[in-house]
Amino acid sequence: MLNELRPAFVLVLVMTVLTGLVYPLAVTGIAQAVFPRQAAGSLIEKDGRIVGSALIGQSFAGEAYFHPRPSAAGTGYDAANSGADNRGPTSAALIGAVTDRIARLRADNPRGAGPVPADLATASGSGLDPHISPAAAAFQIERVADARHVPAAQVRTLVEEHTEGRTLGLLGEPRINVLLLNLALDERLPVGR
Amino acid sequence: MNAADILQIIIFCGLVAALTPVVGGYMARVFSGERVPLDRILGPVERAIYRICGIRADREQHWTAYALALLAVNLAGMLALYALLRLQAWLPLNPAGQGPVAPDLAFNTAVSFTTNTNWQAYGGESTLSYLSQMAGLTVQNFLSAASGIAVLIALIRGFARRSARTVGNVYVDLTRAILYVLLPISIVTALFLVSQGMPQNLDAYTVAATVEGAQQVIAQGPVASQVAIKQIGSNGGGYFSVNSAHPYENPTPLTNLVEMVFLLLLAAGLTSTFGRMVGDRRQGRALFIAMGLMFVAGVGVACWAELQGNPALIAAGTDPAGGNMEGKEVRFGIVNSVLWAVATTAASNGSVNSMHDSYTPLGGMVPLVNMMLGEVIYGGVGAGLYGMLIFVLLAVFIAGLMVGRTPEYLGKKIEAREIKLAMIAILTMPVGILGLSALTVVLPAGLAGIRDGGPHGLTEVLYAYSSGTGNNGSAFAGFAADSLYHNTTIALAMLVGRFLVILPVLAIAGTLAARKAVPASPGTFPTHGGLFVGLLVGVVLIVGGLTFFPVLALGPVVEHLMLGTGIAF
Repeated sequence: MLNELRPAFVLVLVMTVLTGLVYPLAVTGIAQAVFPRQAAGSLIEKDGRIVGSALIGQSFAGEAYFHPRPSAAGTGYDAANSGADNRGPTSAALIGAVTDRIARLRADNPRGAGPVPADLATASGSGLDPHISPAAAAFQIERVADARHVPAAQVRTLVEEHTEGRTLGLLGEPRINVLLLNLALDERLPVGR
Repeated sequence: MNAADILQIIIFCGLVAALTPVVGGYMARVFSGERVPLDRILGPVERAIYRICGIRADREQHWTAYALALLAVNLAGMLALYALLRLQAWLPLNPAGQGPVAPDLAFNTAVSFTTNTNWQAYGGESTLSYLSQMAGLTVQNFLSAASGIAVLIALIRGFARRSARTVGNVYVDLTRAILYVLLPISIVTALFLVSQGMPQNLDAYTVAATVEGAQQVIAQGPVASQVAIKQIGSNGGGYFSVNSAHPYENPTPLTNLVEMVFLLLLAAGLTSTFGRMVGDRRQGRALFIAMGLMFVAGVGVACWAELQGNPALIAAGTDPAGGNMEGKEVRFGIVNSVLWAVATTAASNGSVNSMHDSYTPLGGMVPLVNMMLGEVIYGGVGAGLYGMLIFVLLAVFIAGLMVGRTPEYLGKKIEAREIKLAMIAILTMPVGILGLSALTVVLPAGLAGIRDGGPHGLTEVLYAYSSGTGNNGSAFAGFAADSLYHNTTIALAMLVGRFLVILPVLAIAGTLAARKAVPASPGTFPTHGGLFVGLLVGVVLIVGGLTFFPVLALGPVVEHLMLGTGIAF
């Protein structure tokens, strides 16, 4: 009986070595040799310092920057503690939070036209969403242009350059990476030029 | 729904359908012991494993020995994972300095990963060391997926064999499932995912100084190697707390498509494996179509609900054109989020790329219903199809009753013993879901986990116990699951939902294998045509509907009726 079951225990050990150590370490080795930038987390360096990751959203509150979506990760964009708000659709707390955000978005962007884009007023699934929709960017263009004392058209051009379409024209949704856009703003249309 | 939305759904369904016979045919060869191209490299590894473990590959097992050995493998895996989680603080590869996992959480997690549930009561990046992720969770991702496949293969042999005493050798089935199927696909997929931006390193968490001068600690680790098998093996336990909604765990629409295809692919492919191994491919195709019909219907309902948006938020001033974006990521939008939600609960995967708790009531009801139906719409690898075959037995039994003939399936007479065993397997879902949900909503310790008021609170409980019993692992994540009560009861649900199905299935496999074949007669009910597909879908929906409609009426249905009336909780 026990003899019959001995292979069960040894098999778990063997598979722990094979799939738990050999497999991930081999993948790590190959990945770092072939795709070093991606394997290290697509980090962005500026002036020798790491300012973030191209894939991970970060907080922006200044009026000269485009703002990302609301985040429920930690105290906001905590990349060591991803999380969502997870309130149900009939939650008074959710409806209250969205109402407050809309009031603030309207106050911050007095020249933002039309209804408030849905993604700008709602928290993302990860709390680290690096993107906003083209509508959410358009909503903020006038504010950013005013804060940088440049014509809105220049900011709009930059936004258009940073708008990613659907992959292969088919997959996903059109979107703008907020961190990359803001870095480009600082470079091309710096504040107090 | 616009053209781009519909096109993305068609691309996804088309890919799964096109790849099903390819992987299905390959798996049929692997489990029939035939030569495959990878033999040259993996053959020596396979034989070495048999030598080290003392496995006699040529000796087959009676179903009882097969079941016992499988339980032993899973028990050993559970103990090893529990020990690792408790001891991780003192073991290497822990750059973030994670402490030991609490006993109840470690127990829940160990059960969760060995039962292929991958319920996450923990937050990956804030709880687990790299060693726990790799040598703990990843290993069980492989073993539990292989276990599901092994049970299915034993059942298929039960149908295919005539007057046989044995159903195969479980050690061989597990080893071949891992070596020839799961591992090669995982390696290729993991490297592709890294190329798209998924991290794969053992470095300490990165500290970044953000543009506005704040500090951001960016959690990383050996992500891709775990995410690949988590999708392929219908495991679903994320590397990060928010699973595949995390931009590192699912960086682009292309990774999203690949992860979604793998979420269903092996489970769908096994329908083709089944058809080939029982010698009639039409049988596998009929099951694939029955599953496909239910899948597409679910996608349709959920997409419609989510694209409508939440009337309460639209009233507050959001643009209705955006749909319900709460808990969803911009790069995926509504359609890719919904497609994933339906696929992950149709399969017993349970990974998520959006937060189901924040779905509209009807949008969230579709994933819930998928799980309540027993996750037989493709389902978990192996688990989905053996679950569906249980419903097939029930369907031919009902058809037999209608015409007054002894039911047959694939040339085997289906008798009282098999139907009794099938009923045990089917009854685990209502017992686990309704029994434990009822207990939870009357006990103070249970109620403490509910965060949302009103009908949504009940839905959170139902979702948790459906996910546990169905071995799914996705969550209405507002539910505070990490408490002694929920860790214990959900672990119980996972064990019941896994092993009280596996044991009857293996018993059926053993009985059927021993039985002689009956030649088909003009009175035999054909099980490959449209009539049978309709009957099967009907049986699945009626069994699920009769069992769960009353409680669904109190949860998502009543919440839907309240939505937009201005009532909030």
